[in-house]
Amino acid sequence: MFFPLFWTYLKIGTFTLGGGYAMLPLIQREVVDRKGWIDEDEYLNMIALAQAAPGLIAVNSAIFIGWRVGGWRGVCGAVLGAVLPSFLIILAIAMIFQDWKEIPAVEAAFKGIRPAVVALIAAPLFKLAKSAMKAKGQQTKEKGQNAVFLLVSLAAALLIWLGHVNPVWVILATFVITLCSIWLSSYHSSK
Amino acid sequence: MLYLALFISFFKIGLFGFGGGLAILSLIQMEVENHGWMNEQEFVDIVAVSQVTPGPIGINCATYVGYTVGGFWGSVLSTFAIVLPSLIIMLTICKVYFRLQTKYQGNPYFEQTLKMLRFTVIGLIASAALLLIKPTTFIDSTSWIIFAAVCIFTILPQLYKNKVTETLSHPILLILFAGLAGLLVYSL
Repeated sequence: MFFPLFWTYLKIGTFTLGGGYAMLPLIQREVVDRKGWIDEDEYLNMIALAQAAPGLIAVNSAIFIGWRVGGWRGVCGAVLGAVLPSFLIILAIAMIFQDWKEIPAVEAAFKGIRPAVVALIAAPLFKLAKSAMKAKGQQTKEKGQNAVFLLVSLAAALLIWLGHVNPVWVILATFVITLCSIWLSSYHSSK
Repeated sequence: MLYLALFISFFKIGLFGFGGGLAILSLIQMEVENHGWMNEQEFVDIVAVSQVTPGPIGINCATYVGYTVGGFWGSVLSTFAIVLPSLIIMLTICKVYFRLQTKYQGNPYFEQTLKMLRFTVIGLIASAALLLIKPTTFIDSTSWIIFAAVCIFTILPQLYKNKVTETLSHPILLILFAGLAGLLVYSL
């Protein structure tokens, strides 16, 4: 099962622009609709797990489907297929771009591109916040809960931006605080 | 020693990189900054190339940073190191999942932790953007005009959803437009 998975993921990796999330619809079409390797229900579980686990969603999904379909060989095939196109294309660009950077026209274009890149990072925040507030969770019914959640976002941003705290600590703190709060609320409700 | 530093950095990024490519950018940026591997301007250029080329942004960015810092083997090592934690953790999860066939959707602990993480990730992404607003990347008022325009075009489809706004919100198209604007403003 190395090659079928390798080719499928190579195709997905080569033809999706716009990062891991853009790959999801293609993965669904290839793996669920066309190949029938997993069903719709399993696909949804896969997305949940691939998002919850650390790392890139595209790679995590490749590992899940590789393991499900072909064990170790499947995992190797799918992961290599997902990573290889990116790796080769970037390597080629990185090798050439060192020299291109000296060209005044390229430098001028990049002066325009840099603020656009920052905007492309910042602008999806509204959409992300909206969908995060709708996400399922224990305490969504209480009013004002979302305001508290957004304070978490704000605190995380300020700690990293102004406090220069490593994001690793912010993520670890999130785990500790969430698990403590779940434990506390179940402790209170059991009393 | 450089290779070891690259490996450790990208392993850490893979291990704590929750929330996908954009959130991972803030982790990569912090490592790059702490090691003094490059300035914001170089990093933003790498992010720009990562966004217009196929594949996951995290892999693109890891390969490019690895190449810039340590040549060919640097890029191999960085890409391998960012995938390795996923392999270890995701395979463990898979083994448990396929043995128990547990429904993760609907499990309150799982969903609550995921929900909290999403809000932290929003903060991470915001900090990545804020940290990149520097005199080297925002050189004059034109920079802010481009920034505002790209923000508007990206958000527009959520307010007026139609074919035109959706096409214009495509990141690659917006980067091309911004490049064209830069070419017109700064080289003429």
